[in-house]
Amino acid sequence: MSIAHDRRVMVAMSGGVDSSVAAALLVEDGFDVVGVTLRLWGGESDSGCCAVSDVEDARRVAQQLDIDHHVFNLADEFTQHVVQPYVDDHAAGRTPNPCIECNRHLKFDRLLNRARALGFERVATGHHARVVTLGDGTHRLARGADAAKDQSYVLYMLNQEALGRVTFPVGDMTKDQVRARATELGLRTADKPDSQDVCFITSASGRQGFLTQRVELHPGRLVDTSGEEVGSVEAVELVTVGQRRGLGLSGSGEYRFAVAVDVPSRTVTVGTLDELEVATTTVRQLEWTDQPVTGAFAVQASAHGTPVPANLVSAEDGSLEVRWGTPVRRIAPGQSLVFYDQGPHGEVVVGGGVAT
Amino acid sequence: MDLGLPPPEAYLDHAASTPTRPEVVEAMLPWLTEHFGNPSGSHARARAARRAVDEAREPVAELLGCAPGEVVFTSGGTEADDLAINGVLDAVGGRAVCSAIEHHAVLDPVLHRGGATVAVDAVGVVDLDDLSRQLVNTDEAPVSLVSVMAANNEVGTIQPLDAVAAVVARHAPDAVLHTDAVQAAAWCDLRQLASAAALVSLSGHKIGGPKGVGALAVRPGVAVAARLRGGGQERGRRSGTHNVAGIVGLGVAADLVLTHRDATAARMTSLRDELESVVTSVPGVVATVGRDGAARPSRLPTICHVCVQGVSSEALLFLLDDAGIAASAASSCASGATEASHVLAAMGVTSEQARGSLRFSLGWTSDEVVVERVAAALPDAVARLRLLDVPSRAGER
Repeated sequence: MSIAHDRRVMVAMSGGVDSSVAAALLVEDGFDVVGVTLRLWGGESDSGCCAVSDVEDARRVAQQLDIDHHVFNLADEFTQHVVQPYVDDHAAGRTPNPCIECNRHLKFDRLLNRARALGFERVATGHHARVVTLGDGTHRLARGADAAKDQSYVLYMLNQEALGRVTFPVGDMTKDQVRARATELGLRTADKPDSQDVCFITSASGRQGFLTQRVELHPGRLVDTSGEEVGSVEAVELVTVGQRRGLGLSGSGEYRFAVAVDVPSRTVTVGTLDELEVATTTVRQLEWTDQPVTGAFAVQASAHGTPVPANLVSAEDGSLEVRWGTPVRRIAPGQSLVFYDQGPHGEVVVGGGVAT
Repeated sequence: MDLGLPPPEAYLDHAASTPTRPEVVEAMLPWLTEHFGNPSGSHARARAARRAVDEAREPVAELLGCAPGEVVFTSGGTEADDLAINGVLDAVGGRAVCSAIEHHAVLDPVLHRGGATVAVDAVGVVDLDDLSRQLVNTDEAPVSLVSVMAANNEVGTIQPLDAVAAVVARHAPDAVLHTDAVQAAAWCDLRQLASAAALVSLSGHKIGGPKGVGALAVRPGVAVAARLRGGGQERGRRSGTHNVAGIVGLGVAADLVLTHRDATAARMTSLRDELESVVTSVPGVVATVGRDGAARPSRLPTICHVCVQGVSSEALLFLLDDAGIAASAASSCASGATEASHVLAAMGVTSEQARGSLRFSLGWTSDEVVVERVAAALPDAVARLRLLDVPSRAGER
């Protein structure tokens, strides 16, 4: 079965407008395209990638483009690599980013493996990011053309092997251009709203409802940095470092923020903005686009956050210390920090990792 | 010259749907065109349609092993099952039990009505001791309906319905035995196999007839409340204008089964054995029925079900499809994704084994070519997936 050849592309179709247009563009460019939808979450959902109606949208778009469409059931692996770690992280007082774990394990590892096994070297998605190739032949992940929709942050784990195999057909379009293109092509997903939030959490029951069913949540004490008790919270597991609202401390002068969450002692420490700010952050689970780097880079701490200049210094234990150019609000443990470099193609990712 | 066209399809999914017989299509066409009358009317055109329905009822009754007046035409196997289960429970109350390996069309209504399932053994034969226990269980309402399929759609095991009926007669003499004969009808003589059942379900498109038509045999004296009320068709047991073309097609298909069944079944048995031997010669591919050396029960001559170690069915089906081979795994959920099979779980197949479940099912159009095609494609596909279709190891260093 000599089935792999360059013109075959497997496109991951979520049922949204971006991946619909991605598939359409590949078909226009003459690729031999097969659409796949990943069934990731078997439970209740209202927002995202897993609902039957989304699969139906993906299938109808594929039919319209006259390409084959398949559904892969990766629900077990999604639970193992995304949902369970999400629950465990919260139980330990961390603030996970499940979309990053899904990209890390499902979309850009499992799907790449499966695509190759099925004869597809190339995999496309509807992400807003661009893959650029430098003079030395290595690849970098550059920001998408639409700054407001750029998804390079959640794709920082893509290494050379992955970048050599993925393609993001809508990465150099703005969202408006994508929608206009979808309308032009008469795709039924043209006006579909963007997916929001975490796909396996329903808006009805929310994060708290989801976690309550899976892990014991504990009431906790709020203490200030001198150790004095200043209040209480319903569930320490639901508090995020940096959080101000919902702590019951408003209206009492200076703003106070959660600066530390300690689940074993059921304690949330709160402090002023000064006390929230830090000069350094330690990062582990490092992923490098090409070679590990140290030195001056711009560091982004959330999907659409503003990059902050910092100096990256490697520590002896294998972790990396981010020394911020100016103090920043403490990064919630579990959040990813992504390192960007300025190059001829604009800002490109050089690596990233998870804040401790 | 290679035009890049796919090779002719090797169709090995007859248990999902078997090609409509050309004679069936031909017989149906006039009833979709010039003969459009409603059989419930009184004029000439209506009477012509009525006659077509009445005539079709005869071969269907013969196939089911009942009298023509006992045939209730439905929209398919699922509606026949629904009418049997809910119809009996609505008429007489009580509780339903069914085997754990029923098609969802039986399993889901039984569970929905608060019923229970009866265990099966490792080869998919219903456990008569467990059935006895459930029938004598006085903690719950008395059992009024027992549903055990004639032959299983996934693995092909044929159930000992006479023995089931004897157990029912002993422990729950008032209970009615229903059998879903959707898969068995094309291959087994229901006049014998299903003679002990009071209710028998049939589907058109599994026997060379069209989709959207089926039937339920209701033996005399069995109380079945209607699910659809209205015009009072089918002696008030199933209202709704007759699907005349579909019923005509079902009649012709039933007639063809009665004529050709024995010869075709013999041909299928040897083809299936050959296919099974080719498939199980691939390392790590095990026939599901008899996997632990257990003696094989009677089974349909057309189904070859295996578990492929270390491989995901959906990926394997993709590669087989690429090679022009149409097969299937377990059931599909609403999204189209493959789901774990309740049949395999009930037979004690582990979820790891079931992950690689694969069903080839033969039918009246099958010939030697399908065996050659599978022999040519399967070993490479399995080897390729074992090597490349691996779980995520990201983050493991």
